[in-house]
Amino acid sequence: MNAISLKLFQGIGRYGVLLALVALILFGWLRYENFLGAFNVLSVLRYNSMFALVALGMCFVIITGGIDLSVGSTAALGSVVAALLSPYGVMPGLLGGLAAGLAVGACNAFIITRLNILPFITTLATMLAASGCALLLANNQSVSVSYETGFVELGQGDFLGFPIPAWIALITYLLGSLIINFTSFGRTVLAIGGNEDAARLMGLPAQRVKALVYLASGGLAGLAGVILAAQFGAGQPIEGVGWELFAIAAVVVGGTLLTGGVGSVASTLAGVLLLGLIFNILNFENGLGWISLSAYWQSVIRGAFLLLVVAIQARLSMHTEEAA
Amino acid sequence: MADTAATLPPAHRSPRFDVRRVLTRHGAWIALALLILVNFAITPNFATWQTLNVNLTQVCAIVIVGVGMTLVIATGGIDLSVGALMAIAGALAPLIFLGKLFPLPHPAVGIALAFVVPVLVAAALGWFNGWLVTRIRIQPIIATLVLFIAGRGIAQVFTNGNLQVFNLPSFQFIGLGRIFGIPFQAILMITIVVAAAWMLRRTVFGRQILAIGGNERAARLSGIPVASVKQRVYLISGLLSGIAGLIVIARNSAADANLVGLGMELDAIAAVAVGGTLLTGGRATVIGTLVGALIIQLVRYTLLANGVPDAAALVAKAAIIVLAVWLQRQSHR
Repeated sequence: MNAISLKLFQGIGRYGVLLALVALILFGWLRYENFLGAFNVLSVLRYNSMFALVALGMCFVIITGGIDLSVGSTAALGSVVAALLSPYGVMPGLLGGLAAGLAVGACNAFIITRLNILPFITTLATMLAASGCALLLANNQSVSVSYETGFVELGQGDFLGFPIPAWIALITYLLGSLIINFTSFGRTVLAIGGNEDAARLMGLPAQRVKALVYLASGGLAGLAGVILAAQFGAGQPIEGVGWELFAIAAVVVGGTLLTGGVGSVASTLAGVLLLGLIFNILNFENGLGWISLSAYWQSVIRGAFLLLVVAIQARLSMHTEEAA
Repeated sequence: MADTAATLPPAHRSPRFDVRRVLTRHGAWIALALLILVNFAITPNFATWQTLNVNLTQVCAIVIVGVGMTLVIATGGIDLSVGALMAIAGALAPLIFLGKLFPLPHPAVGIALAFVVPVLVAAALGWFNGWLVTRIRIQPIIATLVLFIAGRGIAQVFTNGNLQVFNLPSFQFIGLGRIFGIPFQAILMITIVVAAAWMLRRTVFGRQILAIGGNERAARLSGIPVASVKQRVYLISGLLSGIAGLIVIARNSAADANLVGLGMELDAIAAVAVGGTLLTGGRATVIGTLVGALIIQLVRYTLLANGVPDAAALVAKAAIIVLAVWLQRQSHR
């Protein structure tokens, strides 16, 4: 394989998700009326901002070569805590949900870095624990939020004509992107994922950075829970099932390698939007009346999409290995 | 443990009775024995035939799926698709014996096909997982994530998300039948566990699985057909998931594609981990997985029977998983 086509392949690998996103948006724009109308765009952004937050944390965790399965039930726990605290005001609800997420993240960080247990099994356990705590706090039912304190604005409100949850997601992504690219913390995250032993031998604070990454993932999941509660008017202890795998899929579709060391925050956002748009386009397609695909098709299509992306990635990395 | 495949090097063996080593090596058995003793003491009506049956039937599906998961994890892989494959098998069987897919010449044919076809389909999908892992070289967690996401969707599309209710004793024997008073599913479970434990310990295929999990490159260099062994392992995992799916729908007299096997991948992985199989591969115990599943089930039963809410049982389960894996780590220091 010559150098030019190798470059081309790598380009597709890096920008593939953006190309696919642009293609999907073009497709929707040409095919459906109102697809790019303010209402549709804003509601897609509003709804997917929760997933975007969870996926951002997952992106950092995966770059270190780990995984966080607990994010879904952490979000559920965050939503319950936020809903319970919402009568006391916006801030208590917001901070409560965030604190609940950080608490789960701290558990993960402690077990993974101090007890040296694999992230997969650790976060599997804390996933169960967080879900149990959410159910206990909520007494096995959803907890309605208070509509009097303005808490629901966090999910349903707008600021400068743009949904507040989307603002929150946008700001965290900007921060995340700055952190990974321009701080020593971010470079350490990448170094750990590339080769943890080497990073440690170079004197990088590998354990501390890993702990912070899981803490951040928990906090972001808690924040997603706050938005969940505010958007749907209730803290939902059984929501969040499968969020972790959706987030992993979004991160992988965004081109972040599951083996760690490589990854991009912006591509993760593109991955979230891509998976979210598949559902949106399915709805529009049904609206046209040509076909009638039930909502169940969305998971089939998402799965097929994930397969396509990872198969291409695997091909690309094989070519890269051969060339190198 | 009877079928623990790797033994500690001789240097670790001290002639004296080492409490810590016994605790970590046989921790799962000791925990199970303690749990049973505690239950005899505090749980009302524990020592009854019915309690045994309830616990056995609840643990069957997890153990059967867990056996396949043990083998997959022994090669250093993971299979997240088991729950979705259960849903597919569970959705297919009623479609077949209710004659919704194709007309049936005779009800008995329908029942026979309802046993065979869903299990074969699940096995084929398992093979597909293995194909993705070995030929396309996708990491196991991502390769099986594809079917985790798409598989349940496929089952839901088959049934349009509807609940399929049925009453067909000859099919439901797999979940409700009894032989000499013992639930048939428990007999099936024990058979599968014993067969898999024997295979892992005594056959070339079993040793190859462990060799791959221990050091894949070394296994390849020593001439083990790594790709073909791995493919068979994923196929077995799919096949066992299919059987578990049939058991669950037979027990419920209903198939709900939204619920059959939901969360099963995590239960199975938890059972494998508590049972003492190394999650990084290379050391596996099928009997341990059975014990691990029984521990998790018994803890839940103990808490529920003594009035602790189910949600708190989840927290206890989490603690057990972390504790078990941590103890195993101590023994490898």
